Amino acid sequence: MSVDLLNFIETVLNGLMSGVMYSLVALGFVLIFKASGVFNFAQGVFALFAALTLVGYQTGQVPFAHLINELFGTNYHHWYASMPNFLAIILTMITMIALAWVIERLVLKHLINQEPIILFMATIGLAFVLEGVGDLMWGSNVKVLDVGIPSGGSEWLEQATIGLAPEGSDYYGMYVDVLNVWASVIAVVLVVSLALFSQYTKTGRALRAVADDHQAALSVGISLRTIWVLVWAISGFIAMVAGIMWGTESGVQFSLSLIALKALPVLILGGFTSIPGAIIGGLMIGVGEKLAEIYIGGFFQIGALENWFAYVMALVFLLFRPQGLFGEKIIERV
Amino acid sequence: MIYKETGQYKSSYKSDHAIFPLIQDKVLFSTLMLIAFLVVPFFINSYWEKAILVPFLIFSLAAIGLNILTGYCGQVSLGTGGFMAVGAFSTYKIMTSFPDLNIMIIVLISGVITAAVGIVFGLPSLRIKGFYLAVATLAAQFFLVWLFNKVPWFYNYSATGQITVSERLMFGIPVTGATAPPYATYLFCLVLVVLLGFAAKNMIRSKIGRSWMAIRDMDIAAEIIGVPPLKTKLSAFAVSSFFIGVSGALYFAIFLGAIEVTESFDIMTMSFPVLFMIIIGGLGSMLGSFLGAGFIVTLPIGLKFIMVDLIGLSAVTAKHFEISIWGLLMIVFLIVEPHGLARLWSITKEKLRRWPFPY
Repeated sequence: MSVDLLNFIETVLNGLMSGVMYSLVALGFVLIFKASGVFNFAQGVFALFAALTLVGYQTGQVPFAHLINELFGTNYHHWYASMPNFLAIILTMITMIALAWVIERLVLKHLINQEPIILFMATIGLAFVLEGVGDLMWGSNVKVLDVGIPSGGSEWLEQATIGLAPEGSDYYGMYVDVLNVWASVIAVVLVVSLALFSQYTKTGRALRAVADDHQAALSVGISLRTIWVLVWAISGFIAMVAGIMWGTESGVQFSLSLIALKALPVLILGGFTSIPGAIIGGLMIGVGEKLAEIYIGGFFQIGALENWFAYVMALVFLLFRPQGLFGEKIIERV
Repeated sequence: MIYKETGQYKSSYKSDHAIFPLIQDKVLFSTLMLIAFLVVPFFINSYWEKAILVPFLIFSLAAIGLNILTGYCGQVSLGTGGFMAVGAFSTYKIMTSFPDLNIMIIVLISGVITAAVGIVFGLPSLRIKGFYLAVATLAAQFFLVWLFNKVPWFYNYSATGQITVSERLMFGIPVTGATAPPYATYLFCLVLVVLLGFAAKNMIRSKIGRSWMAIRDMDIAAEIIGVPPLKTKLSAFAVSSFFIGVSGALYFAIFLGAIEVTESFDIMTMSFPVLFMIIIGGLGSMLGSFLGAGFIVTLPIGLKFIMVDLIGLSAVTAKHFEISIWGLLMIVFLIVEPHGLARLWSITKEKLRRWPFPY
C-alpha cells in the first residue's frame, strides 16, 4: 500500500473515532427529544457539569468552596484526599438523577404545552444556569480527569501498520488514540443496552409510548412526569459518559460544554428522532471533518476548517432531506 | 386616570393608525427624544458613554434586527455574532479602501453588505424550519467568524489579526478613534438608532411586516392565502441582517475601536446575549428590543456593583453568579412572562388607565 493510501485510512479511522465521541453527545439529545419533544441545548453543559462533579467527588473538593471562603473569610478546600473511581461515578450518577428531577420540577413542569421553540430557549437558559452553578461549585480552573481509562497512541497499531508501507518510505505507522477506541466500545455497549432496555422492559415500553404520542400514553395510565424525569436522568447519564470521555481527552474545562455545538450538526444530519441517525450522523461528520481538514484545508493552505465544516455538510444534506437522513418525515397540516 | 383614552376621538383612518395613537404616548415619547437629543449630550461623560449609553444604543439595533427575524418572522437565528462581524469587517475594509468616504455612508453600506450575506444564509430557510434552521444559522456564525479569522485579506494582513479604526470626522468633529468626544459618538449612534428604529417600526406596520407575521404564525396557511414565502423570508433575513450589520459596524467603529473577531463576535459573547435581549424584552415587540437591550447592558453593571462592591466577592465568583443569573432570568421570563418586559409595560399601562380607582 502506498503511503498516501495509508494516510487516508488513518484519517478515516481517526474521523470515525472522533465521530463516536460526537455521537455520544448527540445520543443524549435524541433521547430527550424523542420522549419530551424538548431540544435540550444544555446537553453539552450536562456533560461539563457531570465531569466537574465527578472530579469534585474524586478529589474531595468542598462544593461552593470559593463562595464560602469569600463570604465568611474561611479557608475550606477539601473534605478528603481521594475517593475510589467506582464510588465517585455512582455518586455523580445520583447527582445527575437529582438534577433531572430538579429540572423537571422547576422548569419543565411549568412549560408544558408551550411551543417547542420556547422550550428550546429555556434550555439555553438552563445551560447558562448549570454552567454558572458548576463553576461556582467546583471552581473554573482546568481539571485533570482520570478514571483509569488508558489513553495515548496505540503502539500495537503503529507497529502493525509500519510494515504495510513500501520499503524505504518514511512511514511511521498509524496513530490512533486508545482512549478513542475505548470510547467506541463504551458507545456500542451504551447503545445496545439502551436498545435492549427500551425493547424488553416495561419502563422502556412506556418510554417508547410517550415518544410516540403523549396524550395516548397519558390515557393508558403512563405518568408523563415520571417518564420525563427518567429520560432526563438517562441523558444525564449519557452526558456523564460523554463528559468522562471528553474530560479525559482534553481536561475538564468550560470548552467541554461546547461539544454540544459539535453535536448539533450530527443531530440535524441524522435526524432529531433517530438513535441510529445519531450514531451514523456522528460517524459521517467525524470522517468528513477530518478529511476536510487534511485534504481541503491542506489544498487551500488554511486551517481550522473543523469549526464550521460539520455545519455546512449538515446543511447540504438538509437541503435534500429537510428532516435529516433518518428523521421522521415532517408532515404539516393547516 | 393617567393613561385614559377617554375623549381622544379619531376622525380619520390615518390618525387611528398613527404609531402613537394616544396623546400620553406622544408626550412621553417626545419628552424622551428631547432629553436624549438636547439634555444628555451636555451632561454625558466618558463612563456613561462607554459603559451604558452607546452599548445600549448599539445593542438596541442588534435586538431590533434579531427581533424582526425571530420575533416577527419566526425564524430562529443563532448567527447574530457572525452577521455583526460582517458589518464590522465591511466597515473596516471600506474605511481603509476609501479614506474620504463619510463614516455614516460607510456604516450604511456595511449594513447593505450584511443584508446580502444574510440573504445567502437565509436561503436554507425555504427548505428547513424550526430547530433545523436554528442549527443551520449556526453554520453562518461559525463560518463567518472563521473566515474573518483565517483569511488575512479581511484584516489587511495585520500581524495580530486585529482590526483598528482610524479617525473619521462628521461635521468637523471626530466620531471614531480615541479622540472622539463622548457626545459625538453618542449622538452619532442615537441618530442612526432613531432613524432606523422608525424605519423598522413602519415596516412592521405595513404590508411587509404583516406578511412576516403571517409566515411566523403559520407558513403553510400564509402561503395559501397568497403570501410568497420566498420573498417574505428572504426580506426578513435581509432587513434583519441590515440592522445587525449596522450595529456590528457601530460596535467596531464607534464603541470598541479595535476588534479581534473570535473574541468579540463569538456565539457566547454576542449571539446568545442578543437572543436574551429579545426574549427578556419581548419577542415581536419594538419596545421590547429597547427594554431588553437596556436590561442586558445594565444588568452586569448592577450585579457587579452589588456582588463585588457591596458584598465583596471576587470578580471571578461574581462572573459565575452573573452567568447563572442570566440563565435563571431567561427561564423565569419564559415561564412567568413569555412576552417579556414589553408585556409588563402594557400591563402597567392597563393598570394606570384606572388608577387610583379600583374600577
